[in-house]
Amino acid sequence: MPNREIPRIRIIRGDCSIVLGGEAGQGIRTIEDVLTRVLKLSGYNVFSTREYMSRIRGGVNTTEVRVSSRRVSAFLNRIDILMPLGLGVITRLRRRVSRDTIILGERSILGEDLKGYEEQFIEVPITDTASRIGGSIYSNIVAAGVLAGLLKAEMIMLEDYLRKFFSAKGAEVVERNIAAAREGFRIGEDPSISGMLRVELDRNPGVREELLIGGGEAVALGAAAGGCNFLAFYPMSPSTSIAVYLAQHMEKLGIIVEQAEDEISAINMVLGAWYAGARAMASTSGGGFDLMVEGLSLAGMIESPIVINIGMRPGPATGLPTRTEQADLGIALYSGHGEFPRIILAPGTIEDAFHLTRRAFNLADKYQVPVIILTDQYLIDSMYNIMGELKPSEEDIERYIVETDREYRRFRFTEDGLSPRGIPGYGEGLVCVDSDEHDEEGHITEDLQVRSRMVEKRLRKLEALKGEAIPPQLIGDGDYSILVVGWGSTYNPLREALESMGRDDVALLHFKQVYPLHPDAERYLRRAEETVIVEGNATSQFGRLIKAETGLNLNKRLLKYDGMPFAVEEIVEGLKKLIS
Amino acid sequence: MDESLEVKGEGSTRRLFDLGGVDVAWCPGCGNFSILKALKMALAELDLKPERLVIVSGIGQAAKTPHYLRCNFFNGLHGRALPAATAIKAVNPELTVIAESGDGCMYGEGGNHLIHAIRRNPDITCIVHDNMVYGLTRGQASPTSLRGFKTPAQAAGVFHEPLNPLALAVALNVSFAARAFAGDIEETKEIFKRAISHRGFALVDVFQPCVTYNRVNTYQWFREHTYYLEDSYDPSDRVEAFKKALETDKLPLGVFYVNRKPTFEENLSLYRKSLEPLHRRKVNMDVIGELIDATRRG
Repeated sequence: MPNREIPRIRIIRGDCSIVLGGEAGQGIRTIEDVLTRVLKLSGYNVFSTREYMSRIRGGVNTTEVRVSSRRVSAFLNRIDILMPLGLGVITRLRRRVSRDTIILGERSILGEDLKGYEEQFIEVPITDTASRIGGSIYSNIVAAGVLAGLLKAEMIMLEDYLRKFFSAKGAEVVERNIAAAREGFRIGEDPSISGMLRVELDRNPGVREELLIGGGEAVALGAAAGGCNFLAFYPMSPSTSIAVYLAQHMEKLGIIVEQAEDEISAINMVLGAWYAGARAMASTSGGGFDLMVEGLSLAGMIESPIVINIGMRPGPATGLPTRTEQADLGIALYSGHGEFPRIILAPGTIEDAFHLTRRAFNLADKYQVPVIILTDQYLIDSMYNIMGELKPSEEDIERYIVETDREYRRFRFTEDGLSPRGIPGYGEGLVCVDSDEHDEEGHITEDLQVRSRMVEKRLRKLEALKGEAIPPQLIGDGDYSILVVGWGSTYNPLREALESMGRDDVALLHFKQVYPLHPDAERYLRRAEETVIVEGNATSQFGRLIKAETGLNLNKRLLKYDGMPFAVEEIVEGLKKLIS
Repeated sequence: MDESLEVKGEGSTRRLFDLGGVDVAWCPGCGNFSILKALKMALAELDLKPERLVIVSGIGQAAKTPHYLRCNFFNGLHGRALPAATAIKAVNPELTVIAESGDGCMYGEGGNHLIHAIRRNPDITCIVHDNMVYGLTRGQASPTSLRGFKTPAQAAGVFHEPLNPLALAVALNVSFAARAFAGDIEETKEIFKRAISHRGFALVDVFQPCVTYNRVNTYQWFREHTYYLEDSYDPSDRVEAFKKALETDKLPLGVFYVNRKPTFEENLSLYRKSLEPLHRRKVNMDVIGELIDATRRG
C-alpha cells in the first residue's frame, strides 16, 4: 500500500534497467532466471548479468535485468528500478542510485538504508505476502511476480515457467510458488504501485521465439557442436558452469566430463584424450590455467590439438574470485616454456561464444596446436535474446585423423609443418609421442640437426595460422578518423556506447581473435588519426600485443580493473575525455 | 622389421615386441633391462598386439621404457602419466593401457594423481620401477628411499618416512596391488600378466636395483630382504593385505590384493550401451539442436 501521499508519477519508457539485490542465499538468482525468461516469453528484449561475492551466505549480490523495446546486450550503470531484498544493497550501490531511481522494497527490512531516498521509495509488501503463502522462502517469487506485474508480463508464461522450474520439487512447492507469483503480480499491477511508477515498453512477438542463452551455456553448446566429447576440469569460478552444463547432459551428448584432482591432471587428461582420438577441452580460470601451463607446453611439443577455455577473473592469485577482468591475455599468449604456435580467440557476443568455441576444435585439430578461448565472468554470467539461430551440423565438424600404415611416422617432416595425425588402434602403424625432442617417429633424440628441423617444423605452422585468422570487425563508418579498439567481451558495451555517442567520425574495431592477428588489423589502425584502446585490465595487454606485432602505439587507453564489467555510460564518459 | 612380427612357436613370442637398433640409455646391469624383458614376455604371452597397446610414461630412466619396445606410446610429463593414461583408456576402451615410470615420477611428482587414479579405478596397469633413488638426475633421494640413505642432496641421510606404495594402495581400496623384484624375471612376468589381465586399476611396484646410484639396495640386498607370499595367501582379504604391506623386515613379493569393482569406464554413462571408442562415434547433433531450442522456452 502507498506509504505516503502521491508524489509525481515516474514513467520509464523504452528501456528499463532493473537491479535486484540481496544477500547470498536469498534467491536472487532464481528471480533473475524467472524474470528474464518470462519477460522474453512475453515479447520483451532482455539482458541480464550478475555480480556476486565469493560467499555462500550473506554479503550483497546483485543482478541487473534490462528489459527493452529494442535489442539490449550490455551492462548499464543506470538503475531505473532497484529492488533491494536485504540490508546493505542500497549502500553498496549508492554510486549507481540516482534521483531517478525508484526503489521498491520494505521499510521494515531496509530501515536506515532508506535515509535520503524517501522521495523515491515505494513500499511493496513482499514479506507479508510470502508469509501468508507459507513463509519467507517465497519472498523471491513474490518479488519476481511484482516486477512481472509491473512490466505487464504474461501471467500464463510466468505460471508455466514456474511449473517447469519447480517440477522436481513436487506439486505442493509448484502450487505455492505459483500462488506467490500471482500475489506478487497482483501487487505489481495494483494502482498503489502503477499509479506511481509506469514502465512503457513495446512488445515484439518475434522475440518470444528467440533463443535466450547465457555465455557459459553458449560455450558449452559450441563445444558440443564442435564435436567435443571429453572435458576435464577442476571447479573454479567462473568457468565451472560450462563443465556443469555438459556434465548434466553427459549421457545424451555422449561426452565424458571428469572432475580431476587438480588442473594439472585435467590438462594431462585432455591431452591423453586427444591422443586417443577424442576432441577434448579443458575449462578453467587464470589460476587453474597457471597450473596447466606445463601441459600446454607439452601440447606444443607433441603437436597435440587442445582447446582450453579460460574464464577470466581478476588476479593475481585468488584476486576477486567471482568477478570479471581481461587480464589473462598475457599468460594465454606467453605461457609455456619453449616456443610453439597457438591461437587465442576472444568471443565478444553470445553468438561468438558458440561459434568460436565450435571453430576452436576444428582449428586445433587441423593445425595440431593449442587453441585458447578467453572468456570472462561477465560474458559467462550474462544472457540475452539473440536474433539469429545457432545451428549445429555434422558438416561443420572437420575431421583430420588419418588411418596409419606400417610406415607411419607421427612427426614426418612436411612442407607446411603439418604431419598427418594418427591415433593408436586405428590402422597398422604405431603412434609415438614424446615430451623430449624427438625424431620423425617420435623417439627421443639428441641429434641437434633433427632438433633444429623440428623447431622449424613446429613454428612453420604459424604462417598458416595467420592465414586463417579471423579479421577484426569494423563497426561504424569506414571514413573514421578516430578508432576505438576493443577485444572479447567488451564488444556489446562498446557498440552501445558508440551508438549512443552518435559520432560518425568514431568507429569501433573489435577483435574476436587476438592472436595471431589478421593482417587487416594493421591496415585499419594505420588509417586512424587517433586510436583509443579499451581493455578490462590495468596495463593494456592487448595494446602491448598490437605494439609488438605492428609497431603501433595505442597510447590513449581506457582501462578498468575494479572487477566490474565496463558499463555503457562509463565508456561514453571515458571516450569523451580521451578523444578530440 | 617384418621378421620381428613373426610369431613362431615358443621362445620367439617375445620378439613381437622387440625393437631393433635401439640405443638404450640404461647402465649395464640395471634392473630396468629385466623389467623390460619380463614385460615383453608378458605382453606376448597375453597375445596382445603392439598396435593395440599404449604405454604411457613420465620422465626418468624408467619412463624411457616405451622407447625400447614396439608399442604406441605417450611419453608425457614428469609425474603426469596417470591422468593421460586414464583418459586414453576412457576414450578408447579397446586399447590395453599401461602407465610405466619410476618411483620419483609416480610417487613423488605424481603422487596426487596416483591417489586419485586408484579412486577413479580406470582399467589400466601402473608399473612402477622402484629403485629407491633418482637415477636421471644423478642420485638424490626418492620417496621410497629408506631412512639413513645418504646422497649428495641428503648428505646427513634421509630422515623422512619412506612412502609405502602397497599400504597406500590397499588403504585406498585399490582394485589390484602387487610387488615384484626385477631380479626374478619369470615371477615378474607372471605378476605383470595378472596385473594386465585384471580389470581395474592394477599397481605393480617393482623393486629395481640401481647399480649406479644405490649401493645399498642391491640385487643381493633385495634377495636377502624379500620373500614371496605363500600359495595359501588369500589376496581378497584387505586387512591381511594391509598387514603384509606393513611388513618391512622382510618385504613380501607377489599379488597382495585383488578387489574386482566397477572400472572408471564401466561407470561412464556413454559406455552403458556399447564400448565403441569415441573416434568412431558421431556427434548427436539432434540432441544439441534440442538443447539450443529449449532456450526459447527456458
